[in-house]
Amino acid sequence: MAKFGRSGKKDVPGLTTASMSDIVFMLLFFFMVTTQLRETENKVMVRLPEASQSAKLERKDLAAYINVGPPVQHLQAQYGNDARIQLNDSFRSVDDIRDFIATERESKSEADRQFMTVAIKADENVRMGIITDIKQELRRCSALKIMYAARKPVKD
Amino acid sequence: MAKKLPEINSSSTADIAFLLLSFFLMTSNMEQNSGLQRRLPPMPDENQKVQNQQINRRNIIVVKINSADRLMAGNEPIDVSQLKYKIKEFLVNASNDPKLPEKEKKAIEGFGDYMVSKGVISLQNDRGTSYQAYIAVQNEIVKAIDELRDEFARVNFNRPYASLDEEQQKIVREAIPQNISEAEPKDVSKR
Repeated sequence: MAKFGRSGKKDVPGLTTASMSDIVFMLLFFFMVTTQLRETENKVMVRLPEASQSAKLERKDLAAYINVGPPVQHLQAQYGNDARIQLNDSFRSVDDIRDFIATERESKSEADRQFMTVAIKADENVRMGIITDIKQELRRCSALKIMYAARKPVKD
Repeated sequence: MAKKLPEINSSSTADIAFLLLSFFLMTSNMEQNSGLQRRLPPMPDENQKVQNQQINRRNIIVVKINSADRLMAGNEPIDVSQLKYKIKEFLVNASNDPKLPEKEKKAIEGFGDYMVSKGVISLQNDRGTSYQAYIAVQNEIVKAIDELRDEFARVNFNRPYASLDEEQQKIVREAIPQNISEAEPKDVSKR
């Protein structure tokens, strides 16, 4: 008396693929949330110098970026190909760094302000003159934590 | 009898999602923010008299880079590849050479006394120096110090510096400090 007897067929049930899309969507959302799209357009060409000892910046959200390099190809007709400083979205001079640092400081929370790091992203071919000017200006605004952005050389 | 609606074929949603996923994977850049971190010295107060901090000459090694990216370390021209050894020799001073920096006994919390070198590396550059050369030199100096720290960690904790815990790393950092001074800008080579 097989009350719960199986009904004849012994088919293996097909794998449901309905949940697969959910899994993939979850992955998709993960990537969308973790990666940040570039907020500002690069107006200078920056090829970072190589440094094997470069260490990762721990608090990415506490960084302010100063880009230094020659203007990108289509802006060279307008601005020439001398190295220039880009703050946020436009070309600026050394004197504007003070305001830039002030606004960046303002945007961080009170407790984190002292940990703000200024990352100098400079092209490897710029001269030290402009970097020295930036450094002196940063010292004047007492933004003393800096980082020379560099990339790790590719191991061969 | 109600008509049965045909089910929407959902097997392709996965493909669509994969397409989206691969699009995002390719376009987004997981920007790696890495670099050499430094602390700039604070600006001296204008009202305050500049006090000449007399650092003993033997405690300082001057690394100069001129506008042609040539290197000078402790009064002799040197190649970038040799700089690391020069710095290490300078900081270690194994034979207590009177020309190399003196050491000072310092009590390190959680470790005990250690002879800490008082050596300072002073980096000077010209306005015409290329950034690449400057970073290369900075990198060599950091490499020298990192290697010394690694050696210290291996001797005292039997492990490389990177795998020590926070406390131990602090001890190592105190025993082998990173004293790099980026001097006031100066024209190294007069034109």
